[in-house]
Amino acid sequence: MPFDVRLPIGLLFLAIGGLLGVFGLIGDPAVLEAHSAGLNVDLIWGSALAVFGAFMVLLAVIARRRAPPHD
Amino acid sequence: MHLGAIDWIILALYLAFVLGIGIVSARRTRSGSDFFLAGRAIPAWVCGLAFISANLGAQEVIGMGASGAKYGISTAHFYWIGAIPAMVFIGVFMMPFYYGSKARSGPEYLRMRFDEKTRALNAISFGVMTIISSGVSMYALAKLIQTLHVFDAPFAQLGLPQAWIFHGAILTSAIVVLVYIYAGGLRGAIYNEVLQFFLIVAGFAPLVWLGLRQVGGWEGLQATLGPSYTHAWAGMAHATTNRLGVDWFGLSMGLGFVLSFGYWCTDFLVVQRAMAADSMSAARRTPLIAAGVKMFIPFIVILPGLIAIALTSAPDHTSAKASPPAAVGSIVHHEPGVIPVKIDSASGKPMLDARGQPQLDYDLATPNLLLRYFPTGMVGLGLTALLASFMSGMAGNVTAFNTVFTYDIYQAYIRPGADDRHYLHVGRLTTAVGIVASVAAAYMCSQFNNIMDLMQLVLAFVNAPVFATFLLGMFWKRTTGHGAFIGLAAGITTAALHHGLTLPMDDIAGIKGGWLAVTRSYPSEMAQNFWTAIWAWSTCFLVTIAVSLVTRPKTDESLAGLVYSLTPKTLGEAGPWYLRPVLLGVIMLIGVTALNLIFR
Repeated sequence: MPFDVRLPIGLLFLAIGGLLGVFGLIGDPAVLEAHSAGLNVDLIWGSALAVFGAFMVLLAVIARRRAPPHD
Repeated sequence: MHLGAIDWIILALYLAFVLGIGIVSARRTRSGSDFFLAGRAIPAWVCGLAFISANLGAQEVIGMGASGAKYGISTAHFYWIGAIPAMVFIGVFMMPFYYGSKARSGPEYLRMRFDEKTRALNAISFGVMTIISSGVSMYALAKLIQTLHVFDAPFAQLGLPQAWIFHGAILTSAIVVLVYIYAGGLRGAIYNEVLQFFLIVAGFAPLVWLGLRQVGGWEGLQATLGPSYTHAWAGMAHATTNRLGVDWFGLSMGLGFVLSFGYWCTDFLVVQRAMAADSMSAARRTPLIAAGVKMFIPFIVILPGLIAIALTSAPDHTSAKASPPAAVGSIVHHEPGVIPVKIDSASGKPMLDARGQPQLDYDLATPNLLLRYFPTGMVGLGLTALLASFMSGMAGNVTAFNTVFTYDIYQAYIRPGADDRHYLHVGRLTTAVGIVASVAAAYMCSQFNNIMDLMQLVLAFVNAPVFATFLLGMFWKRTTGHGAFIGLAAGITTAALHHGLTLPMDDIAGIKGGWLAVTRSYPSEMAQNFWTAIWAWSTCFLVTIAVSLVTRPKTDESLAGLVYSLTPKTLGEAGPWYLRPVLLGVIMLIGVTALNLIFR
């Protein structure tokens, strides 16, 4: 199988997005939002990155299933 | 600002993935073709993103933010005039020769088209330039990380002096880049450049979102900064009525034609990414896909600079009254805010410009904005994006250097005729040598800044005329090797003479020009650079033609596949629109024209 760079990109973004999202959920909102004009950027951007990561992993999995068998 | 555990974890995750991709790529790197050209097996979209990522180094991310703060949205000319047209040109017209000739490098194409001496001049100057460029980039990032003070606490806890932050930044990045290129060659570099591209966007996009939210969106920026900052073409009729200090002709010809086409169409650092594509069609689409993304990069790297200067002049748009719009061409002085005043390291006092005004340290516009808006966690992502931009630029330089050195210097002049395994081994060794030389160049920057400025200046003279050589070589079969070499030498000499006879206003004669005599003053250093390039290119073009007309050209048979008139045309390709280079090129030109009209 040829190497599909979407898989590591997706996994990295899932990991970073998940970390940021969880940190945004459990962290002190007052501290987190003080920097960013009242927005919990860790939670919002972390979620967005995790969704992007999942999308990239999905694309890589679909491409892998559609690829012809390798001898 | 201190780094939390989550910031360290994000940085560590990034480094682990980068090294992992390098190690996975190593399994597929068994021959010289694998190491230097990624086996010519990379899909177009991957090559396209690597094409821009290799150019999206720390100097660009930080430098374009600084220029955005200093010159405003006019900085986007470096993309919309100074990149996209050239990227379309190389994709539609030049890639068939680079890819179809099976040349393994830019200098090797010059050898096939012209002769050894033209190849040698290009290979040696390019090799030196990549090392210096890599070193300057390394120095800039290490200096920046030291200036941000984010690593002060952990280094203090370890009992290490602050100066070690500089050494740590250089050594960490050098070792990581060395490992993944040594293992995976160009394939490892390209895959990592794609990862780094997404990280750069992920790290800087929220900065723009949060910044625009605070200044009141684009309308808020326009109200705060005025038309000279927010209209790209305002005052371009004359060099004295716009922030760049360049008129429309100097901009269009100097930047839009000579420098832009000279970089994007002949610099092997970016061309190498397209040459790794898995087919001729993919190679041609590589710069076109890159152009589609590149035209929107200003919104990621330039807008933070505008936001920083807006916050510097009006700290909070929601509470401060918008200052009256500045007249086109007027110079607005801002109070210190997000962008600090430059401090003289010797005296500890603020540095003043020629008019006695405090100079702002524009290089800190984007990094300071990052520290202002990002809480713990996001800071880790922002620093990772900075590190990714630096590594992608450095890896681009190192992979181009190891290919040109191995094929165009070592194989050509030191040990021709060895087997492929030997050159693969030399390529890996050259990677290590290139990294060590880059580190040495970075330390030279910190000790002898003027020497590095001088070396960069000399290399700028060498680069200015080179597009004329490639252009005539590809599109005029009568061009000869003697014509190309003498034309290049004449162009380089003209560039040096023009620089020695001209000087930007408010500068003193020396490294900025005028070291022979001052026969002309330019409104800005940028205008002087653009006109130096125009003179160098024109001289090279005319001298190459003149000498070619009185020397013997190569036979038509030997030029098949190397010259436009002797190569089968592939313009009318079939397939859906997104697989047709000419149609893609037209779409990119329409897109960039629309952006110029919107921000005119």
